[in-house]
Amino acid sequence: MSAPSVGRDGTDPAGMSLEPSSPAPSPLAPSAADVFGYSPAPESASLARIAASYDLYIGGQFRAAADGRTLTTINPATEQTLAVVAHGGAADVDAAVAAARRALSGPWGSMSATERGKFLFRISRLIAERARELAVVETLDNGKPIRETRDIDIPLVAAHFFYHAGWADKLPWAGLGPDPRPVGVVGQIIPWNFPMLMLAWKVAPALACGNTVVLKPAETTPLTALLFAEICADAGLPDGVVNIVTGDGETGGALVDHPGMDKIAFTGSTAVGRSIARAVAGTRRRVTLELGGKAANIVFDDAPMDETIEGIVDGIFFNQGHVCCAGSRLLVQESVADEVVERLQRRMSTLRVGDPMDKNTDVGAINSAEQLARIEALVTVGEGEGAHRWSVPCQLPDQGFWFAPTIFTDVQPAHRVAREEIFGPVLSVLTFRTPDEAVAQANSTPYGLSAGIWTDKGSKILWLADRLKAGVVWANTFNRFDPTSPFGGYKESGYGREGGRQGLAAYVA
Amino acid sequence: MPTDTAAASEAPTRLDVRKTYKLAIGGKFPRSESGRSYPVFATGAEAGALPLAHAAHASRKDVRDAVVAARSAQSGWAGATAYNRGQVLYRVAEMLEGRAEQLSAEVADAEGIDRRDAGAVVRATVDRWVWYAGWTDKIAQVAGNANPVAGPYFNLSVPEPTGVIAVLAPQRSSLLGFTSVVAPVIAAGNACVVVTSWRRPLPAATLAEVLATSDVPGGVVNTLTGSAAELGPWLAAHADVDGIDLTGAAELDSPTWGELEAAAAETLKRVRRPAELPAGAEEDWQAIPHLDRILTFCEIKTVWHPKGR
Repeated sequence: MSAPSVGRDGTDPAGMSLEPSSPAPSPLAPSAADVFGYSPAPESASLARIAASYDLYIGGQFRAAADGRTLTTINPATEQTLAVVAHGGAADVDAAVAAARRALSGPWGSMSATERGKFLFRISRLIAERARELAVVETLDNGKPIRETRDIDIPLVAAHFFYHAGWADKLPWAGLGPDPRPVGVVGQIIPWNFPMLMLAWKVAPALACGNTVVLKPAETTPLTALLFAEICADAGLPDGVVNIVTGDGETGGALVDHPGMDKIAFTGSTAVGRSIARAVAGTRRRVTLELGGKAANIVFDDAPMDETIEGIVDGIFFNQGHVCCAGSRLLVQESVADEVVERLQRRMSTLRVGDPMDKNTDVGAINSAEQLARIEALVTVGEGEGAHRWSVPCQLPDQGFWFAPTIFTDVQPAHRVAREEIFGPVLSVLTFRTPDEAVAQANSTPYGLSAGIWTDKGSKILWLADRLKAGVVWANTFNRFDPTSPFGGYKESGYGREGGRQGLAAYVA
Repeated sequence: MPTDTAAASEAPTRLDVRKTYKLAIGGKFPRSESGRSYPVFATGAEAGALPLAHAAHASRKDVRDAVVAARSAQSGWAGATAYNRGQVLYRVAEMLEGRAEQLSAEVADAEGIDRRDAGAVVRATVDRWVWYAGWTDKIAQVAGNANPVAGPYFNLSVPEPTGVIAVLAPQRSSLLGFTSVVAPVIAAGNACVVVTSWRRPLPAATLAEVLATSDVPGGVVNTLTGSAAELGPWLAAHADVDGIDLTGAAELDSPTWGELEAAAAETLKRVRRPAELPAGAEEDWQAIPHLDRILTFCEIKTVWHPKGR
């Protein structure tokens, strides 16, 4: 891992020193960044024992794709190949659905709920045991900082299995009817932004409720799902309960169209979600969708400003902004807009962008060249439409896919950067005067996944929370996740919830 | 009558005043803007029998007007207290009880059943409104809860109404079925646009008058007499409709309910499919309703706040 971590360069673009009282650095004296800079603190990549190639996991067997096709997965921070992975096709999906059906009518379906739950507890423990390895593989495959995979993604994965394990034999108390039954064979398609966490959000409740699954990980991030297949085998989970079919959009399409499927659960873009909703229309297959977002993060003049700045940064730069619920539209009350933008720029200048394996890194690599191109295209549109762009003046590594944390000011609600999901480290700043105006602006989007509120006034928080059309409202915090807490959207951000008691409803008939 | 001279001399018969059955949009009772109407016959009427009435034949424009009315009424209705919504729904039951005689006659004609059975249907309908009147302030308690997250946060999940819902009412059960699909939608705080049974629209049109005199705010329930096949596609595709109940489309040939669902997918509407039943069967509307009828058109909202000093 050679990509350097690069912190702030000591000045902001206005030429103002970050520590106004300190004298201008002399060319001979070490700069503040040198004195107080971070030494590289890389996590050891050797913790990840990545094989040269991986097969599909179907019916408890690892096997190549029926037609022998493969995909290559790379490290987006270095563009180096990590592994070659089987590219599943329609025949493989068919085999996986058949294996899932056999498991459902066989050992899994006849197992007592208590024993089923114990398998999930065991899986949760195995994940915790291999947590560091999983975190490293996730960071290598995805490009997100090791600090996040180590402290957020993988601990939440283990927690998700542990939480749902306990539900397995308590479903009659979940308030979902007196005799909750499994839906059946569930097809699950997950995105690349939180590869293993999204797997947990899908697989844990499905198994807890007695279903069997065919999971398709994202094309660019298949590795942790394949390690999860090993964990399932290790746990002694009956063959066919979990099947992993790696591949691309075509593989996902084969899953969606498979008539042997009882339900489809999808997390990803609104465009694909719409096509899935169309594909299952008129069938008895059920569907839940967790789609895009363009969350408003609303800052009032009475907000606790230090926490607010941290929350804004966490809201949009967490995971490089590859977050469907990212706080990508900052709505600031006009009277504090200048102060907020200035402090935000100062804080952004201290973000460390670079090697995801460095434990000090805040912002890692963009997941793919394709996603980077999408971000760059929308940012170019934003500039063309007249919004003012400011990017952190940091040095980016030569190899890999990178995008400096960026904010747009002078944004009008009609601008594309204010309306479309960028799915990158790009924040659009808009202003409002009154709470009513904030609500109107926040809700003026076809999306409705999440929203943020920053104010010290409790009654204002509750007033707003009632009016925001969003499935998750974070007040004086942002981007918090927990297995007990339902997650999912209003409007075109999809339907159904994941997590919590309400999330079980997606997996019982 | 000229043939009954004795009666005519003692008490002259009077010509009864017939009712014009109209649409209900935004608290008003307009005819269809298209000017169309269609004859409605009693079920089992012999060929050549006179129609019961000419119902308004709602058009695409009526659909659009009704959606506008529903949208403008929705936030106020959702913003009313759950206690208040419960009182309003209970008031519907009270008003219905007083119109039981009229509705029994209409249901008997519409469904081809005798007056006794029709009376039982009306009584079940009254009780269904009472059932949902009692739900308004319990939905949040049954479908919502606190979440014990692993951190110092207050975290609460509550159901909220989805918004404007299109409802294609059942084609057979003209009053009890109609009530069973409409009441749960508005109990949660949604507003709706309902297309009645095509052949049996009259009891629903009368119910709309009951709603208007029960403090249900204008626009919360907009009742369109007409064809689900004709109006369904406009409702399914309408960008300002948040959800659609396809119960009344179960047996449509063109469009099928699946085609309506596909149209609804374009705006990612919440869709309630028709129940899976043998051909010709309809849901057992006498049975205790499942909570699904309410929750299909609710959204779970989860609010987080840190705890601290």
